[in-house]
Amino acid sequence: MSEYIEHDKTGLSVGVVDKKLFTFAQPPGELTLENGSTLGPVTLAYETYGELNPEKSNAVLIMHALSGDSHVAGYYSNDEAKPGWWEIMVGPGKGIDTNKYFVVCSNILGSCMGSTGPGSINPKTGKAFGLDFPVVTIGDMVTAQKALINHLGIKRILSLVGGSIGGLQVLEWCLRYPDMIVSAIPLATTPKHSALTIAFNEVARQAIMADPNWHKGDYYNGAKPDLGLAVARMIGHITYLSDESMRHKFGRRLQDRSDFSFNFDADFQVESYLRYQGSKFVERFDANSFLYITKAADYFDLTRQYDSGSLVKAFSRAMAKFLVVSFTSDWLYPTYQSKAMVKAMKKNGLDVSFCEIEADWGHDAFLLPNKRLTDLVKGFLERVYDETKR
Amino acid sequence: MKQKDNEIRFDLQIIASWIEPGSKVLGLGCGEGELLHFLKKNKGVVCTGIELNEDKVAKCIAKGLSVLQGDINEEVLDYPDDAFDYVILSQTLQQIYEPGELIRSMLRIGKKGVVSFPNFSHWSIRLQLLATGRAPITKQLPYDWHDTPNIRVIALKDFRRFSKETGFSILREVAINTDYHEKSGNIIKFFANLRATYGIFLIGKRKQ
Repeated sequence: MSEYIEHDKTGLSVGVVDKKLFTFAQPPGELTLENGSTLGPVTLAYETYGELNPEKSNAVLIMHALSGDSHVAGYYSNDEAKPGWWEIMVGPGKGIDTNKYFVVCSNILGSCMGSTGPGSINPKTGKAFGLDFPVVTIGDMVTAQKALINHLGIKRILSLVGGSIGGLQVLEWCLRYPDMIVSAIPLATTPKHSALTIAFNEVARQAIMADPNWHKGDYYNGAKPDLGLAVARMIGHITYLSDESMRHKFGRRLQDRSDFSFNFDADFQVESYLRYQGSKFVERFDANSFLYITKAADYFDLTRQYDSGSLVKAFSRAMAKFLVVSFTSDWLYPTYQSKAMVKAMKKNGLDVSFCEIEADWGHDAFLLPNKRLTDLVKGFLERVYDETKR
Repeated sequence: MKQKDNEIRFDLQIIASWIEPGSKVLGLGCGEGELLHFLKKNKGVVCTGIELNEDKVAKCIAKGLSVLQGDINEEVLDYPDDAFDYVILSQTLQQIYEPGELIRSMLRIGKKGVVSFPNFSHWSIRLQLLATGRAPITKQLPYDWHDTPNIRVIALKDFRRFSKETGFSILREVAINTDYHEKSGNIIKFFANLRATYGIFLIGKRKQ
């Protein structure tokens, strides 16, 4: 997702921020995971912007997607080249206004951006976990976030906001801790992965596991499975775009040449783009984290949680007010999946707003500057915040 | 009876005057939400809207309304029985393919319904057809026959007969004479079918 990060043209920003660490679940009080195993201690990297009000009623928790991190907005130093990944949405006067709300974002359990994951040191062995790291679920990620929210002294969350895999966490939160959530904004997301989505993830995982440097996940002291991870990321980027957006962005244009090379270099711009994105990604992301997070997302299925059996039953637990947003050209989490959630919410008498935004940019649309999305988020948050004061 | 200086259209003022404060309202084809916003602000009504047009939906949500983007004919099917006190269909009936189905759904999910539409038997429409011999075009129904969203032509009398055939009751009825955008207008008491530009009906389930 980082390819889109840019300075906010308005010049408004939360400014210099720090990444903080919260460590909990110290043995013997380890975190019990959904697969029955335990994990502890657990560290979450997180950032906060804005001030928690005295009533503690203005907390907005942002959940990041597959490759994101806790660095939503602002800069780690004055000379940092790029701001956080959602700088366009989060900051003073923006869609998620840090003058009004206390914004929290933590790196998910299983990731590699400061929180405990397969690349962390296993206290039992003194070596990186690798595949000894338990297969965590979206529910486990949420349980860990809940520990952080408790630590911050927040009893009720004004709004949960997240797109894609961040949206899965939003939905999980709403069913796992319904009475803590005032409102929720699941963006470009789904109540369960389709076979198509699982298929793409599986091909991406296979690319990593087929890399000779992967060594069944035990590569932290040697060469890393960079090629496999790069291919996995290339597959991801295809799914984040759309036929339409690729036609606009690349067409059949050639990269730095006027004719075919008649070899296997990157002739087309689209090839060059994917290679570049793949090679950039390996600099910042851990291949095992990619395996764990995509697996957690594939396992996620709201209709199986809490013995619900149906989406309507699943949402009978929810109490939040919802704003559901999908994008017309998103073929990874298409609109029909958002509409299925909306239907289930309506059947339960929940307060739900829904908008399908016309956008050519595929699944990635939720990360791109979009005045419509900003206005929706801003208007919805203002309403739910006003309604808490009554 | 002239009303002036109110912030919403005259026909919407009449609808708003029928809605009990604090009730639960669903607005079908709610546009940019002017009625719902008025009801929320002035009568403490809990509002939901359904609107097909993305731009209008976004404007509603941005101003703090709870609105769903979708086709009203399908969206009404998801709500439980009596989920709302009122379901409002303002100036949209003439665009509905299966009006009987929609009104039945409205009265399933709502305790009462409000339906308003432009009156096709207004004297100016009758006169235009008689004088020009062509499909009438008026301020209330401003489209040519080939590009109109208004696929139904309804007179006040037709709607009364429709209520008997479809099996719902008319609890209240007001005929008005106003232009589409006007914030003021007149209530027509006599010869309404001839003189009114719009009809507004409060409807309920037929008593068993």
